[in-house]
Amino acid sequence: MSAIQSIEQSYTVVGVDVSADMDQYLTFILADEEYGVDILRVQEIKGWGSVTPIPNTPEFIKGVINLRGTIVPIIDLRQRFGLKKMEYGKLTVVIVLKVVCEVGERVMGIIVDAVSDVYNVAEEEMKPPPDFGSVVSIDYVKGLATVGEKMVIVLDIDHLLTSSVYDSIDNSAK
Amino acid sequence: MSIDMKQFHQTFFDESFEGLDIMETGLLGLEVGAADEDVVNSIFRAAHSIKGGSGTFGFTDIASFTHILETMLDEMRDGTRDVTQEAVDGLLESVDCLREMLNAASDEADVDKDAVAKVQQKLEAILNSGGAAPAAVATSCVSTDDDASNINATGWSIRFAPHLGMLTTGNDPARMFRVLEELGDLLVVADVSGMPIYDEFHAEDIHISWQLTLTGDVSHEQVADVFEWVDDECDLEITELSESENLPEISKPDEPLAVAASNVDEQPKSDDRRQGDRRLSKSSGAESASIRVGIDKVDDIINLVGELVITQSMLGQVGAELEAEEQGCRDAIRIERLREGLAQLERNTRELQESVMRIRMLPISFVFSRFPRMVHDLSSKMDKSIELIISGEQTELDKTIMEKIGDPLVHLVRNSIDHGIETTQERIAAGKPETGTVSLNAFHQGGNIVLEIRDDGKGLNREKILAKARERGLVQDDELVPDEKIYDLIFQPGFSTADVVSDVSGRGVGMDVVRRNIRDLGGNVEIHSETGVGTVMLIRLPLTLAILDGQLVSVGKQTYVVPLTSIIESLQIRCDQIKTVAGQAHVYLLRDEYIPIIRLCDVFDVPARTADIDGGLMVVVEGDGQKAGLVVDDLLAQQQVVIKSLETNFKRVDGISGATILGDGTVAMILDVGGLIAYSKSMDPAVIRSRKNDNEHMIQQDRESPQEGNEMVMMKMNKEAADERNTVH
Amino acid sequence: MASILAVDDSASMRQMVTFTLKGAGYDVTEAKDGQEALIKAKSNRFSLVITDVNMPNMDGITLTKELRALSTYKFTPILTLTTESSAEKKQAGKAAGATGWIVKPFNPDQLLATVKKVLG
Repeated sequence: MSAIQSIEQSYTVVGVDVSADMDQYLTFILADEEYGVDILRVQEIKGWGSVTPIPNTPEFIKGVINLRGTIVPIIDLRQRFGLKKMEYGKLTVVIVLKVVCEVGERVMGIIVDAVSDVYNVAEEEMKPPPDFGSVVSIDYVKGLATVGEKMVIVLDIDHLLTSSVYDSIDNSAK
Repeated sequence: MSIDMKQFHQTFFDESFEGLDIMETGLLGLEVGAADEDVVNSIFRAAHSIKGGSGTFGFTDIASFTHILETMLDEMRDGTRDVTQEAVDGLLESVDCLREMLNAASDEADVDKDAVAKVQQKLEAILNSGGAAPAAVATSCVSTDDDASNINATGWSIRFAPHLGMLTTGNDPARMFRVLEELGDLLVVADVSGMPIYDEFHAEDIHISWQLTLTGDVSHEQVADVFEWVDDECDLEITELSESENLPEISKPDEPLAVAASNVDEQPKSDDRRQGDRRLSKSSGAESASIRVGIDKVDDIINLVGELVITQSMLGQVGAELEAEEQGCRDAIRIERLREGLAQLERNTRELQESVMRIRMLPISFVFSRFPRMVHDLSSKMDKSIELIISGEQTELDKTIMEKIGDPLVHLVRNSIDHGIETTQERIAAGKPETGTVSLNAFHQGGNIVLEIRDDGKGLNREKILAKARERGLVQDDELVPDEKIYDLIFQPGFSTADVVSDVSGRGVGMDVVRRNIRDLGGNVEIHSETGVGTVMLIRLPLTLAILDGQLVSVGKQTYVVPLTSIIESLQIRCDQIKTVAGQAHVYLLRDEYIPIIRLCDVFDVPARTADIDGGLMVVVEGDGQKAGLVVDDLLAQQQVVIKSLETNFKRVDGISGATILGDGTVAMILDVGGLIAYSKSMDPAVIRSRKNDNEHMIQQDRESPQEGNEMVMMKMNKEAADERNTVH
Repeated sequence: MASILAVDDSASMRQMVTFTLKGAGYDVTEAKDGQEALIKAKSNRFSLVITDVNMPNMDGITLTKELRALSTYKFTPILTLTTESSAEKKQAGKAAGATGWIVKPFNPDQLLATVKKVLG
């Protein structure tokens, strides 16, 4: 299926100065919109490589990869949000995130169109999400941040990813 | 000095639970009326230790409760109390009660005080009813001469005349004087008049007596305490100094003291001199033979070794490739050295892995030990006479498996007692011995551990089960059902066992749960039964949850691991052996048996390399007593794989028991054969058909993009070639 | 510093005794019963032996008798740890040659005070 040659380079995010009340977010592009995740949760960013599919799981769970001995599930965020699936290409990256759920910490990867930038966002710059007509349910949005001219949708990855993996498997596997 | 006693609590709880197990086992083995002295002693000791520890670590309620037990056991030990059934039952009940109390203390939770009080009263009643007079309640402090203790005089006059042999109890007058000196001003006068002539002098004897004068605000008790240990080894008079009484006038009080001190100080001095030697010899002395290590530390090592195994197999693969490519070239010698090194690495890795695994292994006796009590209780409750025979309790098993197999095992043994063994009357009527037998056995068999529960009861009622199954439509009316299938029926979820193999009463656990628990551990359970003769249940479990011997198979581009223990054989499919049932399901005629065919590509929804089944490969597997033929594209290597739980990141997936990392770093799914067979049965044929279309479509797609597809196939082919070489080795 | 042999079949008691005494600077060797203690005592010279009474294999009373029979332990202080406060039980230890006793339950401070009293 997904036999695109694995991009070998995996780059680390270089730290930007952090000031007192600033949180740092790594942003990425998904269908022309910019999303952000708490940079402290980012374990690493990898090129897209082949995955081992897990039978009888929802389409958006692409499978698992071996990350230095840990088995990490990979989720296609486009498919998770019901967007059109894109062919994976050179820019396609997997952001490996640490997710906190009821049973403890888990590591999961999300496939996004491209990594964008790292921003400092002051707490007061973060606005609660309005019920906007976005593809993303506001349940998974922590807030909206304005950076310069741009708007970044900051995701609640714990909620998003645990619900993706746990609830949907229950529904689909039966 | 302030020491946090909490740090010793865990050890105390651990040993107390062990102690309770010893008590329980001992009590169950006690023969009423003719108790074995050693057994009573060991029970007493366990109670005694719990009492001592609980008092020391501040669990006073446990200490006072245990005190009653200890008193009763002490009387049994002394022979002043008869070992009656009532007493044994009462003691057993208190063991349970103590376990509750310890659990509560360990969880820092509250204990049911009323329940404890009830058991305590019962025990006290037994204690007072027979044997010796009720024992005095333990007191932690010793009081002597209470009448005098609260008078603080201005000082004391002490006449201290040790008996000849006092030194041989290690009591040193000089030390006592030192303690007295700390209490107040001490004046020591030695009376050496009792010294014998030189020829009669023994260095070990004391011939000196002392007149001591202690002044200061010192209580009688404090003075008496100093001499507490030598009470009966000396003549001692302690009298109050009256105001008027003048201190004895002694010109040189130091001298006699010095004499005395040097006399008795000899011992410690020689000790000091030997200090150096002792340090040296200490390290060579036998230290305690075991250490307590947190299980997480062991698991860390096991994980690391797992990584090492993967790295080793990766290197092995690279080595094999190099060897194949470089045959006959000038580097042949270096390749040979590499090959030797890799072989050595493989051996060492395997040994390291085995050693590490052994750390987690414990004898199954940890699980078996609860059964004597259970059988004892159940048989008296149901008024059946049952003998329990346990063997193979030293067989070792992984700790985690051990912890999880307890409940299923209890369930099965209960079943045997409840429904297998007949009542005494029934047994007599059937011409069987009055006492029924339940035996528990454990042994190793081909990389597995087998637990066997055997009873000589009435056996499963084949007809009843069959009738029930027909009623529920699980079996066709005219269908001939082999025994295995019948016995498998009782493991079906919701198969009402109420009037067949019932039990379950009140516990809400069915045999299906038992089987699922066993299957979750990578094991399976089998039943064999003969009407009127008895039932045998066999639980097969892997020795460890961490590694598995697997057969690698490929389906399309995916590699799966089939546990070797579930494989019966592998064969090339002959089209004429495939039969169609009801126009849909396929079965394969293997010798004289029809087995269902499972196409992994359909069940797992992955495109197969070829749509044509004829001439393909089939792996015949068995899980939970059912056989099936798995159609695969290729058989790859057989190898040991390190099991990684999928569930830590995932929910349970049907047909998959876990994942592993292969030598090339990719992840492969490990099949759960029993689950897979069940899952494939439950699948809607329409879903399979639609998948098939999809897959064919995808194969089409693959062909349309030859550059990628072919490349992958080529890579795969190379890998397989290498794997095949591995297999040959 | 003086070295002490601590004998008890209970691991938690051994742990507590050892921790307390080591904290006070003593050199402590543990034994889990009389038999082990006797073997260790023979290959070492301890300045003090603290032993539980009720133990499997060899109890504290027998251990005391055995130690006293050795020339090297003739005068060495031996303390018994006893839950019995009755005079009778204490005397069993004394009769075997024990120096004195520590009544259980005891706390680390009591233990240290007693040890200091014996070792000076």
